[in-house]
Parts: sequence; structure tokens; C-alpha cells
Amino acid sequence: MTNKLKIDRKFMPLLATVGVFALLYLYGFLQYKGMRQPQAFFNLFINNAFLLITSIGMTFVILSEGIDLSVGAVIALTSVASAALLENYGMNPVLVIVLMLLMGTLFGGIMGAIIHFFKVQPFIVTLAGMFFARGMCFFISLDAIPIKDPLYRTMALTRIQIPGFERAFLSLSAVIAIVVLIVGMYVAHFTRYGRSIYAIGGNEQSALLMGLPVGRIKVSVYALNGFCSALAGIVFSISLLSGHGLYAVNVELDAIASVVIGGTLLTGGQGYVFGTLFGVLVTGLIQMLIQFNGELSSWWTRIAVGALTLIFIGVQSLFTSRRKKRQALGRASLIDVEAKTAVPMEDKLTTGSA
Amino acid sequence: MPDSNTSLLSMKGIYKAFPGVQALENVDFELQKGEIHAIVGENGAGKSTLVKIITGVERPDNGRIELDGVPIQAKSPQHAQELGISTVYQEINLCENLSVAENILLGREPRKFGRIDWRAMQAQAIQILRHLEIDIDATKDLGDYSIAIQQMIAIARALEISSAKVLILDEPTSSLDTHETEKLFQVMRKLKSEGLGIIFITHFIDQIYEVTDRITILRNGKLVGTYETAVLPRLELIAKMIGRVMGDFNDMVQIKLKSDKQRAGEPLLRARSLGHSGSIAPFDLDLYTGEVVGLAGLLGSGRTETAQLIFGIDKPDSGRLTMAGEEIKHFSPADSIAKGIAFCPEDRKADGIVDDLTIRENIVLAVQSNKGWAKRLNKNQQYELAEKFIKMLDISTPSADQKVKNLSGGNQQKVILARWLATNPQLLILDEPTRGIDIGAKAEIQKLVLELAEEGKACLFISSELEEVLRTSHRINVLRDQHFVAEFSDEVDEHTIMQTMAGGEK
Repeated sequence: MTNKLKIDRKFMPLLATVGVFALLYLYGFLQYKGMRQPQAFFNLFINNAFLLITSIGMTFVILSEGIDLSVGAVIALTSVASAALLENYGMNPVLVIVLMLLMGTLFGGIMGAIIHFFKVQPFIVTLAGMFFARGMCFFISLDAIPIKDPLYRTMALTRIQIPGFERAFLSLSAVIAIVVLIVGMYVAHFTRYGRSIYAIGGNEQSALLMGLPVGRIKVSVYALNGFCSALAGIVFSISLLSGHGLYAVNVELDAIASVVIGGTLLTGGQGYVFGTLFGVLVTGLIQMLIQFNGELSSWWTRIAVGALTLIFIGVQSLFTSRRKKRQALGRASLIDVEAKTAVPMEDKLTTGSA
Repeated sequence: MPDSNTSLLSMKGIYKAFPGVQALENVDFELQKGEIHAIVGENGAGKSTLVKIITGVERPDNGRIELDGVPIQAKSPQHAQELGISTVYQEINLCENLSVAENILLGREPRKFGRIDWRAMQAQAIQILRHLEIDIDATKDLGDYSIAIQQMIAIARALEISSAKVLILDEPTSSLDTHETEKLFQVMRKLKSEGLGIIFITHFIDQIYEVTDRITILRNGKLVGTYETAVLPRLELIAKMIGRVMGDFNDMVQIKLKSDKQRAGEPLLRARSLGHSGSIAPFDLDLYTGEVVGLAGLLGSGRTETAQLIFGIDKPDSGRLTMAGEEIKHFSPADSIAKGIAFCPEDRKADGIVDDLTIRENIVLAVQSNKGWAKRLNKNQQYELAEKFIKMLDISTPSADQKVKNLSGGNQQKVILARWLATNPQLLILDEPTRGIDIGAKAEIQKLVLELAEEGKACLFISSELEEVLRTSHRINVLRDQHFVAEFSDEVDEHTIMQTMAGGEK
């Protein structure tokens, strides 16, 4: 077994996702004229900026062997609350953004604390959080609130030219998403905090015995995800320039699907933030292809994403069971080699029959 | 031999009581620099309590503990680690999904401008491993390595994470085979020569004699004494541990002789070139009622794989298997159970026992699933069944409603046995039934197996302890490199079996 092969195996789910993306894109490229524009590719980032941001937060939660069902509701709550503060109370937009981020972080942190200190299933706690946040939306306003704030409007209309491409641009929200992505990758792979999340996802008991601050990290992962949801909510309200309690329904499930398609194991401890990018891109691409097709109902996006998620989970479980098998075999052969070479016969006889 | 004036850890007059039990009573213990010191005792002797006090899991009611002449009281395992007392447990407490280097250094990884310096971490890990004379790729996931290597990586971490003075190895060898154990001993000797004090806890008498300098024996919470290993005869050690003369093993020989003659007629189980590529080469095997057939071989030689094949966990890709004259066509554990095969798996914690259920519930499990959930056994029937087996297998427990996790390892093993016996199987497959339990309980289980055979059951007995296979089996099949290589009658000696296991030219 060479070293190269080994690395390939580890990255297999990620490579599969990238492969699926490339194939789908190639198909679209050949099939539809509109997709030959570079802008089509950048639109994937623009249209899915909020999903990418929240999926990155979700990646950390899933890496720590948790789940967070509240993100869609938190996005909606952020949109409604910020719209209300801006329009009904005339608050400074910068202050609103800071407040919203604080709120999201606190909201996630509280859920994390309940999960950790009261040892409640994350599924239940975040489900409760989801209901709570959704409910709060309608407590604030039953109707959609349009946002007329000039700063929000400017941000919505900002186009950032991409060097090297003549007429290609990114929106501010897409740039924010890309920054979050880079920060997320850095945190996951180059900080003690990130590695500790992997450790907890791999084996929480071991992580505890290794002396890692498991409690603090678990709570903070949910806080981090709350922050990401709130940021996604702000990006979302900037792009729609309104806030409403019915926004972002089921986004938590889209986020989970993107993370899974991106190659992160739901059992925690394995996956890459970079993979989540492709999970989101694949989802967005399917949507784009269906739009270009024009005949299919937009619900086909859901069906395709559903099927893809299922396939990826299947592939993952196949991959993990293969890996286990390989491990067992690897162990056996390793030991056999040792048996033949390492210990001389005489030693063995004296240890056994002494 | 260590000098008497190099005392490292000293414990005087330790008392510890739990509700209803005096776990430790006036126990003294002393560990010197550069020695390997075994703590031995039967279950309930107090050795795990003593270790828990050293590692800070429990606090003594009374007594004095000094490390390097300074009084200490560890408040938690972390605190103990900071004081210089590191522990490596039987279950490896590392993360399989992280790289070897991370597992060693996580929590104090080298950093550059706040970011993890992967290259430096790799280099540092390799250096630490080299020190233990392990040459592996530290960038690979821990899960890619064998348990033995993982164990040593755990030791590497234990030594690295604090400047350890005392290293406690709690049953580190129970899942290792001879060669892996040998490698571990090399590491232990090296560390000893560097002045580390090592507390070694094990059930294997051979290993105590191979590697330790001194032995502290506990019995019923009291100190029996501390002895130099070299001058304490084995028999005396065992006598001191169990506090009685060993008659059990002699009984066994007699049972075995009686049941020896019963092999006649058609075999109960007949395997013909049964095999599964990649795990066990095609083999022939006959099992007759009333006999115990042992499988001997190194870890990974295909012992467990054979059992899993017969029980239907893995499906064979060649050969045929007949049970009581009927060919098995559809392989699955459920079908095997229906045909009267029972399988006690190797890892009782993971595969067998349900910790949080009571003895009664654990015993009833298999019977109930045999009957289907619709025909539920009522409480009285359940108790009757449980009481019967508690009595029959001599499970020591206050009641059938005791949670299984509160039982000792030997008693847990008996509960699993009881669960399968309750289904009244014809063939029992026991994979390492005595792993991690003390000598007295071992003898009892072995005796039980022979008695069951005597009653007309067939038994396939798998164990990595050769002595045990010899003592318990009527016939022994030796496996090597996933092949059945030889079959012996029980008159064969250990020497011959070991040569067969090792293979080669001899």
C-alpha cells in the first residue's frame, strides 16, 4: 500500500463530489448556451451565498457529531428582526448587523449549553430552538417587512468585478461567503480549536480524557453556527431587501444535505469544510440546470438533491465499511509479518512455557 | 534491582470505603524509580480502587501519598497527569479519525503565529515515537494501525503530555498477541532504564514474571505483601492471590477424561472446504456433541473469522456447512440461532452485553427474540429463568435485578453465557470467553464449558491463551495465516502447538 493511494482513499468522498460537480457542469456547458458564460459559474456563488455561509457553520456542528435544525428559523428571525429594527425603529444599520450577529451567537450558545450541560440530544434542543425562532418571527411581524435602508440597498447593488474576466462579477454577499469559507477552512485545519472539534466528533470520551475542554468546545460550536446562521440571515435580507417569518423554510435541511454531499460523515470527526463548498455548489448547479431547462418544475431540484444525498450517504457507508475491512486485513497481515520476522523462535518458547 | 532509597511514589495506610464495602484497608504501596511493579489481585481485591486513588479518580478516606517525597492528592486524572502520573488504559482513549501525530500532541501542538505548524508537529511526533523505537508514518490516521501500535501511541502521548514520572499501564496487553506484547515490553524496559516508575496491571501471570521487578499482592482490600518477582514462585503467587489451594484445575482434568469417550456417530457440525476469501482459507471441521474443540492461533490468524463464518455473520464464498445433518444454505445469525448455534463474541463490552439492563433482562434477550416479541415471557417466567442460571453458573450478585455494568468481568461473561444457554443451543461458539477476567473466574468458566460439553453440547473454544485451550479442549485445531494448519488431540504439548502456530522450517 503506497502512501499516495492512502491519501486518495481519505479524500474519496470529497473527490466524488468534485467529480459530480464537474460532470454536471460539463453537461450544462454543452447543453445550454447560457451556461457557457463565466458569470453562470459566479452566479452559483451569488445565489447560494447564504446557504454556503450557514452550511459552513453546519459543517462544524456535524463534525462534532451534532446537528442543528434551527438554522433556517434563525435566518428568518434575523431577516425579520433586522427589518423591524431598521424600518420600524430606524436603528443604525451597522448596529443592527452587530446586534443580529450577537443574537445568533447567543441563541446558538444557549442551545449548545443545554445540549452539553443537560445532556439532551442536539436534535431535540435545536428542534425546540427552531420552533422558538420561527415563532419569534411572527411575534415581531406577521407580514413581510420591506427594507428601505440605504446601506442595505447599496450592499445589495454592489458588484465586485472579477479581475481577468471582462463582464463577470460577484455580489458582496458572495464575497462574504467566500471569506467565511476561507476562515472556516483555516479554523478546521490549522487551529487547536478546529482539531479539537474533529477529536470530539471522533470520540468524545477520548477527547475528554485527552484533556481537551470538551464542554467549552461543544457549546462554542453551536454558538459559531448561530453566528453563521445570523450572518446568513443578514446576507439573505440584503439580497431580498425584506424580512419575513416564512423565509428560509427548510434551509437547515438544505444545509445538512450540502454538508453530507460535501463528504462530511454524519457520525462526526470526518470531513472537510472545502467539501461543503462543493456540496452547496452541486445543489445550486442542479437548481440552475433545471432553470435552464425551463420545462421541469422547480421541485425537481428537491428530488434531485434528495436522491443525491441518499447516494452520497450510501457511498459513505460503503466507504467506511470498506475502510474497516481493510483495516482488519491490514492488521492481520502486519501481525503475520511480525510473527515471521520479529521474534526469534527461542524467545517465544520461553515466554509461553516458562 | 532498584535501590531502596529511590522511592518515587509512596502510599501509606490507605483506607477507602464504598457503601457496604471496605474497598481498601490499611494498604501500603511503594513504587521506586526505574522499576516495573505489578499490582495483582482477584476481582474485588481492591487493585482498581488503589489505581483509581493514584490516578485521582477516587480520593482515599485516610492515608498519605507522596510523590518524590512531597505529599500529593490528585483531584482528577488531569491533575494527576500534571503531577506526573500518567495512565494508559486497556481501552485506548485516542481518536481513530485523527493522525498519529495529532493523537500524540493534541492539546500542545507546536504552533507558529497561532496556527498549527503541521510540519513541526510531524517531526516532533516522529521523534517521540523513535524514542519508543516505533517507526511508523505519523501522518496516517490512528485507525490505520493495529491495537498494539495504538497502545504504544497512547503511551507516547501519556509520556509526552506531561513530564511523567509514574506510568500506569492498566491491562495494556489484554488485546495484544504475543509479539505485540513483546514489543510493548521492550518499550517498558526502555522507559524503566530511563528511571520511570511503571505500575503494570495484568491478569497474565507469564507477563508478570517476564517483565516486572516487584509484585504487590492485594486480597479483599488488604495488602498481602510486596515481593521481589525473582524470588516468588508462581504457585505461591497464585496461592497468595486467591488465598486458597487451587483444586479447580484438577477437577477439570477429570471432567475432561470422562467426556473424552463420547465422540461417535455423525458430527453435529460438518464444514467442508468452507472459506471466505480474505479472512479464512477453505477448511474442514467436524464438531461432535459432547466435545470441546479449541482453535489456537495468533491474533489475526483467522480464529474469529472462522467463528463468524460458522455463525453466519460473514457469508462463505466456498464450501458447505451442515448442522445436524442439514445443509445450511442461507447464512445469517438469525438462522444460525434457529438451528441451535450460539456465539459469544470476543468483545463482550461492544458486542455482547447490554450494560444498562439488569441480569434478568440480559439473560432473557436471546430467548425472547427467539420466541418473537408477540409471545412475551411474563415477569415470573423471566425471574425463574434468571434465577436458574444465576444458580447454575454461580453468578455472584445480590439479585437478578442488578445492572450488568455493576458486575465484575467474570460475572458479565457468565451472564452472556447464560443468555445463550437459555436458548438451549446445541453448539456453543466461545470467542475469548475469559479475556480480562481473573484466574479464579477463568477456571470457573473453563470448567463450565467442559460441563456443558459433558451434558451433550458441542463447543468451539477460541482463546489466545494456549494453556487455556489445552486445558479446556478435547481436540485442538491450529490456525496460521488464515489457514487451518493442523489438528491435535489434547495430549499434545504447548511446545508443539507453538511451533505449529509459528510455522517456519522447524
